[in-house]
Amino acid sequence: MDFLFNLIDFALARQEQVLEGLAQHTVYVVSVLVTAGFFAIVTGVVTRRNQLAKELALAIASVFLTIPTLALFVVFIPLVGLGFAPSFIALFLYSLLPILRNTITGLDGIDSGVLDAAKGMGLSPAQVLIKVQLPLAWPVILAGVRVSSMLVVGIAALATLVAGGGLGDFIKSGLARLPLPNSLESIWLGTLMCLLLALVIDLILQALKMATISKGIR
Amino acid sequence: MSDVLIRLENVSKSYGAGAEPAVRKLTLEVVKGEVLVLVGPSGCGKSTTLRLINRLIEPTSGRMFIDGEDVTEANPSELRRKIGYVIQQVGLFPHRTIAENIATVPQLLGWSKDKINARIDELLELVSMDPDTYRDRYPKELSGGQAQRIGVARALAADPDILLMDEPFGAIDPITRDRLQNEFLRLQQELKKTIVFVTHDIDEAIKMGNRIAILREGSEIAQLDTPEAILAHPADEFVESFLGSGAILKGLTLKKVSDIELHQVPTLTSPVMREEALKTLQDSPDQVALLLDGNDRPLRWIDERALNRTSQPIEKSGRPVTVDLQPEDTLQDALTVMLQSSVGMACVTDRKGKYLGCTTIESLAKLIMSDG
Repeated sequence: MDFLFNLIDFALARQEQVLEGLAQHTVYVVSVLVTAGFFAIVTGVVTRRNQLAKELALAIASVFLTIPTLALFVVFIPLVGLGFAPSFIALFLYSLLPILRNTITGLDGIDSGVLDAAKGMGLSPAQVLIKVQLPLAWPVILAGVRVSSMLVVGIAALATLVAGGGLGDFIKSGLARLPLPNSLESIWLGTLMCLLLALVIDLILQALKMATISKGIR
Repeated sequence: MSDVLIRLENVSKSYGAGAEPAVRKLTLEVVKGEVLVLVGPSGCGKSTTLRLINRLIEPTSGRMFIDGEDVTEANPSELRRKIGYVIQQVGLFPHRTIAENIATVPQLLGWSKDKINARIDELLELVSMDPDTYRDRYPKELSGGQAQRIGVARALAADPDILLMDEPFGAIDPITRDRLQNEFLRLQQELKKTIVFVTHDIDEAIKMGNRIAILREGSEIAQLDTPEAILAHPADEFVESFLGSGAILKGLTLKKVSDIELHQVPTLTSPVMREEALKTLQDSPDQVALLLDGNDRPLRWIDERALNRTSQPIEKSGRPVTVDLQPEDTLQDALTVMLQSSVGMACVTDRKGKYLGCTTIESLAKLIMSDG
């Protein structure tokens, strides 16, 4: 109980830093999800009719996910320096696979009869994509975005290692000062804020799902 | 001929060099307002042929004309908007309401909202679905039969002259299928569309087609003629084996009771005295007489044995007439009724139930013989 009060005292004493870290973390999550989401969906759409291109794209995205996280944050420093840029690139590459995988799965999973009817009625290929394929694949794509969002919230805590800020700052400074006073509080604060952010983002994506998925396929 | 609406000229489709072509040099004409059924064993290329017409499959060679215009090179999407397309899987858009599904082609053609909405209601009525109930539902809420009704409505939305149907009732249970077929025939009588209909079911082909093209491998036409002519004169062994052994029985679905000469059985009108009945029966070559009520409606079959066996009034002896035929019933119905009847005959009545005559096995046999 004492620890909890200490934690609250610790957080209240550093409101400004907490908000700053939270803001930076949120910027990572939002910017990465928007750009990686767009890139992965476009890649999935472009490669949808070519089995080889599809497999290649998936293989490349998988490689990013298997590179040790720490290394991925660091390897871009010589190219783009410290701070936001290397962190953003690493997170971007990390979040591609779930969205790409689900985009491809979603597009592949559409009933061939629906596509045959769409074409047969005279929808152009672009109209088939926009009016039929993407809306039908959307629930699956969105599920991929949710997985990526969780991934990004967790891994963005590593941005602190390349001076990228975010909630990882609290965890890193806590670790460095262990077992001095307030070090555990600092680690817990960073962790709990990450969890809170993940929860809020999941709620937002849930709301987006309800708002954008047709009642006919819910 | 000016009333040819669709003409395929030496159309071939092959997948890759060396492979047997799916369609080999097919020339086919579809006449305005007819239902042409393409029927054949699976893999004969009938679906491919259908999909060549709306260019879902591009021909390797040959030309295609619609209403005299060469459409081999036309924009395929624009061409398809003028041709209704119904498939076995139905393919309704699950994320769109019934109304939005039906509105698909009118929207592509840029119709006004009011015109589209009016058309949606009109089409739902046409396929016997209540507009207020179904307009805003989603496809997942429909049964298979209902979904295909919407499939047909959607294909008819922009009032195309041509309808292509690829085994439209193939995935539907037999009872619903029969009902949909009948409704569709009724619709076609009103709409007079030019329809190319693919099926593997020869019975469906005979029922639905004005003309039938029986196809063998490579979409080669084994025989193209009216159902009656094909049943009466199969062109070769392939057609004969495809028709199966029941060709004569199948032919009966094409003929109506009104096509055969009715046999007149001696009749008695109730109330009648026993002596009079006996006299009539003794004069009757059929050894049976039909008892009618005061309005000439058939009541019972009476024979001498029935009269002698019982002391009951005549109105209670003999066997009751359970089913009446009407002139527009098919001869297949007539055969069924005759086989179930105790006297081997079936009564034919007009709509009001008034007795017209009887069909007999002999008259049916005579008709079949004269055709053969």
